[in-house]
Amino acid sequence: MNELKPKRGVAIIGIGITKFGEHWNLGLKELAVQAGTKAVEDAGISGEDIQLVVGGNMSSGLFTGQEHEAGLLADYLGLNPIPAIRTEGACSSGGLAMRVGCLAVASGMYNFVAVGGVEKMTDVYGPQATTALSGAMDYETEAYFGATFPGIYALIARRHMHEYGTTRKQLSLIAVKNHRNALHNPYAQYRKKITIGDVEKSMMVADPLRLLDCSPITDGAATVILAPADLARKYTDTPIYVRASAQASDTLSLFSRRSITTLDATVYAAKEAYRQARLSPKDIDFAEVHDCFTIAEICAYEDLGFTEKGKGGKLIEEGETEMGGKIPVNASGGLKAKGHPVGATGIAQIVEIVKQLKGEAEKRQVKNAELGLAHNVGGSGATATVHILSRDR
Amino acid sequence: MAKEFAVPFHWRRFKERYRLIGSRCDHCEKCFYPARVICPGCRRGGHMKEIKFSGKGKVHSYTIIRVPPEGFREYIPYIIVIVELEEGAKVLSQIVDCEPKDVKIGMRVTSCFRRIRTENETGLVLYGFKFRSV
Repeated sequence: MNELKPKRGVAIIGIGITKFGEHWNLGLKELAVQAGTKAVEDAGISGEDIQLVVGGNMSSGLFTGQEHEAGLLADYLGLNPIPAIRTEGACSSGGLAMRVGCLAVASGMYNFVAVGGVEKMTDVYGPQATTALSGAMDYETEAYFGATFPGIYALIARRHMHEYGTTRKQLSLIAVKNHRNALHNPYAQYRKKITIGDVEKSMMVADPLRLLDCSPITDGAATVILAPADLARKYTDTPIYVRASAQASDTLSLFSRRSITTLDATVYAAKEAYRQARLSPKDIDFAEVHDCFTIAEICAYEDLGFTEKGKGGKLIEEGETEMGGKIPVNASGGLKAKGHPVGATGIAQIVEIVKQLKGEAEKRQVKNAELGLAHNVGGSGATATVHILSRDR
Repeated sequence: MAKEFAVPFHWRRFKERYRLIGSRCDHCEKCFYPARVICPGCRRGGHMKEIKFSGKGKVHSYTIIRVPPEGFREYIPYIIVIVELEEGAKVLSQIVDCEPKDVKIGMRVTSCFRRIRTENETGLVLYGFKFRSV
């Protein structure tokens, strides 16, 4: 990758998030407005200060009939006539919004940017939601033949087990950990402890993945307010600095990849992020990774460099990614238990990392949290973003 | 996959879905499915030509779909496989005439022509290649 240099540093001065779950009384715009208002209040600025809205959203059209999501956000947040841009990269739409917001501030074009993510998924029935999500893969060569999203990750899981001896129990341990962490997150969709037995007795969705290997269908929104690092202290005593913002692409179809057990987009985005921050994987204190399925978290451990390729299963089995382990992963409950409103997920991860770095994560607080990493994936890995945040500039 | 499209949406894919035709780069000799105009390795240095795959290959990974997308309910459970073709490219489709318990990584397969599903509103019958054990 080329040596790109930002003109100035970027900081997060405010965060806002809705409860994740099934919101019968809240539509797309209400969810976005709730998270947006909280973030503006948290930043201690007023609506007039905001100069740009970036809204991540995967498929509001298929989920709610409404496209033109960024226009809707600016309108109902009362922010017209400032510009509003929608970013779409399937389940990494939120991560892309964060990145576009960072570019806007780092370039010197804008001072205050509201970066949001929203998805309203429960206004359609299960099979329609499955269909909407299948647009994240290669539609004409994967979805056409009857592949589903869990099916695609099941192909990864089966091959990972074959190549590296990853076990059923190791997959289950991911779900058990993330549900245990979500017990202490008041915004999580499922605050319910589960056991290995629960996972292994749950309904088979796509062998070897069962229902409790899969993240749920969720409504939710999250917003962060970005500002130039030099101005951040005027608005908050505890700005959180963006040390790296990286993104990479790979083939849309899983079968076209160099390897189906490595997400090269994650590998490249992580490498670039570590380069920008002048850090290595072992410097990271904790992470929020994209666990849309249990196998995805195991691949993330390897592709982000927390362990060697093939040893992701061992990392969870040795407890290294549990709270109190060497590198706690998904303290929020992850996509698995916190919920996965696809377009909001990338921003929700940033919100969690900000809370942890500020020491405001209450009972799920990671000890000595100074450097946090957020990893967001679109589809089966055609897009990945990696952000590294810290308390120090 | 159940949104129903106009006929040309499917018609323009007949070659790749009915006859398993992809492309091969003259420069690096790599094969691709589906066909590409640009070789991702050689870009403009390459020259893509049509190739008809033999349809022979082995199972690289598999899963059994139990929760179907729209349009596939009547077919569950069905087996989805990634097959590594002998020319080197990989493809994704279903395995037929095989019990879910019998599918294995490394199993030798060959392509066959089968119905994929029937659309509800247009009545269009969609076809394509699938695989069977040899």
